[in-house]
Amino acid sequence: MTPEPPSHVTRVFVPRDSAACSVGADEVAERISASGAVEVVRTGSRGMLWLEPLVEVETAAGRIGYGPVAPEEVDGLIAGGMLDGAGDSLGLVEELPWMKRQQRLTFERVGVVDPLSTADYETHGGMSGLRKALTMAPADVVETVVDSGLRGRGGAGFPTGIKWRTVLGAEADIKFVCCNADEGDSGTYADRMLIEGDPFTLIEGMTIAAYAVGAAEGYVYLRSEYPDAVATLTDAIARARDEGWLGPDILGSGFGFDLHVRVGAGAYICGEETSMLESLEGKRGMVRAKPPIPALEGLFGRPTVVNNVLSLATVPTILANGAAAYAAYGTGRSLGTSVFQLGGNVARGGIVETAFGITLGELVNDFGGGTSSGRPVRAVQVGGPLGAYLPVEQFDLPMDYEAFAAAGAMVGHGGIVVFDETVDMAAMARFAFEFCAAESCGKCTPCRVGAVRGVETIDRIVADEDRTQNLVLLEDLCELMTDGSLCAMGGLTPMPVRSAVRHFGEDFTA
Amino acid sequence: MTSEVVAAAPVPVPGRAQRVREIAEELRGLRGALIPILHAVQEEFGYVDQPDVAVIADVLNLAVAEVHGVVTFYKDFRRTAAGRTTVAICQAEACRSVGAVELAEHARRTIGCGFGETTYDGRVTLEEIYCFGNCALGPAVQVAGKLHGRVTPTRLDALLGETR
Repeated sequence: MTPEPPSHVTRVFVPRDSAACSVGADEVAERISASGAVEVVRTGSRGMLWLEPLVEVETAAGRIGYGPVAPEEVDGLIAGGMLDGAGDSLGLVEELPWMKRQQRLTFERVGVVDPLSTADYETHGGMSGLRKALTMAPADVVETVVDSGLRGRGGAGFPTGIKWRTVLGAEADIKFVCCNADEGDSGTYADRMLIEGDPFTLIEGMTIAAYAVGAAEGYVYLRSEYPDAVATLTDAIARARDEGWLGPDILGSGFGFDLHVRVGAGAYICGEETSMLESLEGKRGMVRAKPPIPALEGLFGRPTVVNNVLSLATVPTILANGAAAYAAYGTGRSLGTSVFQLGGNVARGGIVETAFGITLGELVNDFGGGTSSGRPVRAVQVGGPLGAYLPVEQFDLPMDYEAFAAAGAMVGHGGIVVFDETVDMAAMARFAFEFCAAESCGKCTPCRVGAVRGVETIDRIVADEDRTQNLVLLEDLCELMTDGSLCAMGGLTPMPVRSAVRHFGEDFTA
Repeated sequence: MTSEVVAAAPVPVPGRAQRVREIAEELRGLRGALIPILHAVQEEFGYVDQPDVAVIADVLNLAVAEVHGVVTFYKDFRRTAAGRTTVAICQAEACRSVGAVELAEHARRTIGCGFGETTYDGRVTLEEIYCFGNCALGPAVQVAGKLHGRVTPTRLDALLGETR
């Protein structure tokens, strides 16, 4: 054990999140450590990515923020009184309008705690959801999740509790809980930030899921493109075992569950749940036909809960504070909060966790501050590479699963990518097909062949070869892929394409 | 599409087959052990060689074709050694919105090879990646395993200079 530092030593918080480190957080932390009498705590990121590296200094009033801080600015800031909360600061981080307007439930601890400190985790409310769950009958835990209205945050939006009910009702020698952390959609990074910033929340959520459905083993399928997340989660699982939070007798309850990390190998399609299961089984990531649904015949043919990171990481707060408290947020059938991610050409990119119902425009303009290039926003893509491109005219759309579906779009995993007026939407539509052609598992023809034909057709349209007929052909191809593909890869690739043609048709000319 | 060219006669590395067998035997008890084994082999040797496939298949009691199918499905598994430094540039939508396509063009020109290729002197392997999850700080580039954000062509040149 390292001794507690004396109380007069100032605590300084610097993110260890890979986004923060990509712009110099490690070097900033080193410089601050080298300055002497400070304790540097490495946390997750608050999600205000345009302020990274964001340094926070603990004071009697709260944490004072400084950012973005370049490594070479550290000495000057310290000379200016940074370690006393003085000098050129952003003020109290919790009071920044960007933070104050959010309702952080899933991301409550991200950026606040040391992600690998079990003590920090418990001090900030961790494990209270699991402790509560273990006092309840498994079926009551499932019904609490049903009542909360929680829907799959991976993109499909299927009610989490209903899925759990199916697994609970299935009989088998072993059941599994699998977390889909194959966050391959461009513009989404909340899974990564949660795992790097508060991994115990995911572990707790998966343990609650396992208890609720009677599962003995869990797997987190995590992409190889996220090496820091792999390292953090692997370390956190080992620490959780040491604390008795995982293992044969969790918290002395007699309930046993263990958890393992499996690293992906660079296949986008493995974010599709059945492909992910194939990959976990050690096979090519070929999509399975449904039915049978994974809840009944999932990993190795056993009943399996497959949920996204954010769905599972939201379960602890639901159990700790009750279904009604969670369902009080949101609108219509989109209850609770969602973790939106602003990216691309945006002035203030980052994590916005807020109740469903906020409009797209509020996110892009109020939170995001428009583009980083300073040019007008022309399009935003919501929900990843398979989501629709929307024009500024649709900025009053509320972030709500049904409202988006009605507009021919999808909320997906909550990623919002901003493009300025220089974007060529025909090129983006072509890219959607190119990406599908490269990443298709090849099992079904509409996806495997359709994507290639799509690229060719867009090339002809842009070259003004039989433009009118080829636009009809393109629409026909999109319809066929939507209706005929086995999974969302081929089934949703038409969404960005059709939305680009519909809203930005002027780009599809020679 | 590129077709797989199998080298005429792979040069046997002394002891490699034995070491691959040890890795496979150590991990065979895992559920779905094949992908963890392939990662471990690549971690140690830098790539998965064709003779490794038969050894792994033997340990797992799988057909060579099954293991070959898995190795070739996943982009991560290399079939030849990479250059001394691997430079991976994100080409997904969010990075495209802030110039990743232009950055890739610059990289191809200055490094002197295309995506999926290694320079003739074996110095750099250039790869395209679809998303590092650094979408608010793009363009994102990974150089020798370290992620960098807001990488302009000038910044990329500086990063490449540091690796020399």
